[in-house]
Amino acid sequence: MCGATVGGLSTEGIDVAKETVIQGSVTKGGTPVSGGYVRLLDAGGDFTAEVVTSATGQFRFFAAPGQWTLRVLSPGGRGESTVTAVDGQVTETDIALTS
Amino acid sequence: MMSRTDVLVETDWAANHLQTPGVVFVEVDEDVSAYDTGHIPGAVRVDWREDLQDPVRRDFVDQAGLEQLLSEKGITGDDTVVLYGGNNNWFAAYAYWYFKVYGHDDVRLLDGGRKKWELESRPLTTDVPARPRTYYRAKPARTDIRAFRDEVIAAIGEQNLIDVRSPDEFSGKLLAPAHLPQEQSQRAGHIPTARNIPWSKAANDDGTFKSDDELTALYEGAGVELGKDTIAYCRIGERSAHTWFVLHELLGQPNVKNYDGSWTEYGSLVGVPVEKGA
Repeated sequence: MCGATVGGLSTEGIDVAKETVIQGSVTKGGTPVSGGYVRLLDAGGDFTAEVVTSATGQFRFFAAPGQWTLRVLSPGGRGESTVTAVDGQVTETDIALTS
Repeated sequence: MMSRTDVLVETDWAANHLQTPGVVFVEVDEDVSAYDTGHIPGAVRVDWREDLQDPVRRDFVDQAGLEQLLSEKGITGDDTVVLYGGNNNWFAAYAYWYFKVYGHDDVRLLDGGRKKWELESRPLTTDVPARPRTYYRAKPARTDIRAFRDEVIAAIGEQNLIDVRSPDEFSGKLLAPAHLPQEQSQRAGHIPTARNIPWSKAANDDGTFKSDDELTALYEGAGVELGKDTIAYCRIGERSAHTWFVLHELLGQPNVKNYDGSWTEYGSLVGVPVEKGA
């Protein structure tokens, strides 16, 4: 499918060319973390959105082009990642939690 | 003057009152599958869309509709209703405001909502409680905490208008929160003279509300004259219910209204002024 990264969340049904997608997975020790809270913070560090990871530890945001920080909270630990999103593309990021 | 504990309960309090007669926990979500995957033991479910919105007109259900809903859920007017949900209590706060519109006396939010409960690894169950049907009587809808479009237009430059969406929605870069698809038809931007104070600034990472002192500093620091009449809005009225809760219930501000039509209504009106940019 257009824009989908091998192994990433399927983008079927989404018109990727019109969206700025940030998606990825959360793991701890190589194991997917489900039910983790992923917070999307803008370049100024302000909160923009939050989703909960799926049963397979995956998440997705529809953002705008630019730099974003993803912060994960879960009972098993915390993690953070910074990405640069591009219009019409799917930006993939995988976040490993530390206790 | 109400105190914070009259309107807000901590997770410890909730854990100690799961079996208390007269205390009813209600989970309110946009994603109703969340309840099925596990909820606070004893909690009943309210579906923000199916249960609280009119199925035909754009409005929330009327007094008779609420009476029927709460009767089916086994809730009485004397119960302490504790609301919680996902999305940092957005829809729980919306339901709280809605319970207040229809005059329920003792309704409270679980501070931190479902997220804090989960982050503390507290128990969740898939058991659905059986509550006997009641005969719930609501009061006529209050209009002093709900704003309609004409009074919003009249409030431009006159009252505090607080746009609680994210900065990118306020400036017109996005039409919806970033976890939702963006396709929509209405114009982007904000109501002139509105100040952008995202709802999230009132909350900590774990979803709990900030202290009264921090909240007062937040709004005054952003140029809001507390004590003056205030209207809060967002996209569909749920995040602004969160801010309405902060201003009216936590800070005790006297005249604060939630504009539940919010940007999806205002941004589609013909001829009204719209501003873009930060």
